[in-house]
Amino acid sequence: MQRVGSGKQGSILDKSLSRGKTEVNFSSFALLFAEMIRYANNRSNTVIDLQDKLLGYGKFVGSRLLDVIVLREKGYRRETKLLNMLMFVKGTIWKNLFNKEADKLERSNDDPCQYLLIEKEPIVNTYISVPKDKGNLNCASFTAGIIEAILEASNFPCKVSAHWHDGTTYIIQFDRLVIARENALLELTR
Amino acid sequence: MSKQTKFPMGIDSKKISGELFTLTYGALVAELLRDLESPLAVNRQLDKMGYNIGLRLADDLLAKNSQIHRCTDMHQVADVLAKVALRSYLGVTAQVSNWNARNDEFSLILESNPLAEFVEVPPELAQDLRQEPCAMIVNDSPGRDDSHYHKYSQILCGAIRGALEMMHMEVQTFIVQEHSQSVEIRVKFIRILQESVPPGDD
Repeated sequence: MQRVGSGKQGSILDKSLSRGKTEVNFSSFALLFAEMIRYANNRSNTVIDLQDKLLGYGKFVGSRLLDVIVLREKGYRRETKLLNMLMFVKGTIWKNLFNKEADKLERSNDDPCQYLLIEKEPIVNTYISVPKDKGNLNCASFTAGIIEAILEASNFPCKVSAHWHDGTTYIIQFDRLVIARENALLELTR
Repeated sequence: MSKQTKFPMGIDSKKISGELFTLTYGALVAELLRDLESPLAVNRQLDKMGYNIGLRLADDLLAKNSQIHRCTDMHQVADVLAKVALRSYLGVTAQVSNWNARNDEFSLILESNPLAEFVEVPPELAQDLRQEPCAMIVNDSPGRDDSHYHKYSQILCGAIRGALEMMHMEVQTFIVQEHSQSVEIRVKFIRILQESVPPGDD
């Protein structure tokens, strides 16, 4: 056997992509995630800091997952329409990550740039008990980061945040450009 | 690998995508590499986190697998680790090999390392950094001189050590070698812990 980086074995890009059917025990993930939160918590002063860190972890994951999932599930065809993209996130992405779809997708009534993705019991919050002094901390920020990275990489610039409302609600605030482009697209096809 | 998912897992066998797990771990390692100044410090932090996880996983494992009985020698311990623990929690089995003459030291060889899918450790981290003057201060895996590399899967060592400590066994664990496909973990029995002091949280 050879060490990493030495020897003639090809780079990771020469390997064929796995089919992605591997599954691991939920306990392993939950404990790893808990350790990450503990580490991030030790290194951050405020709840916002901590949520930002979790969001960052999520973005790391999301930006790497998008290509894999798009390639596997859609033959490398990306979504260009906003609604299709959101359904793709709600359905395919969620199924790949958590083995179920997200619960609800809604459009905000007062802001055309705002969409809500609702999940009653996010898996990442299952074993996390939030201490009293960190009232509005929501570890689903991690998932919010995943969504944000996926949407941004698909050219739908946005900000995603996790909130306690109706379970957990991910508020997706799109850049105005996205909505303008979408409307122009609708005009064209009409 | 996918064939093994049929393994009877006890009551609660909730599963999660392996890729989510792999990438989440990747996010952690990347963050640690940014935060901490040396690969050595990263290894130590990963080991500590693994240890915390191990302390809890031991309970989880025993609660869900009633067929595991008290182990009376290291061969049984190795068997449980390789065939039950790694299979339940990472979905892979390991080979047990390279026993030493006193039968208190063995290697677990994971042919496919689920933590390292999609992972390429950059050569400057995978290389020996001993030329650097600061690298000789700590050597936390005695008997080995290659502890100055970044060890991507170090968390496994911590987890095994933590879990066995819960069973009153003090062991030393370290990674002998690892590359993208496989990892070899050396486990060395030290002593039986008599009076268990409740281990701290971190």
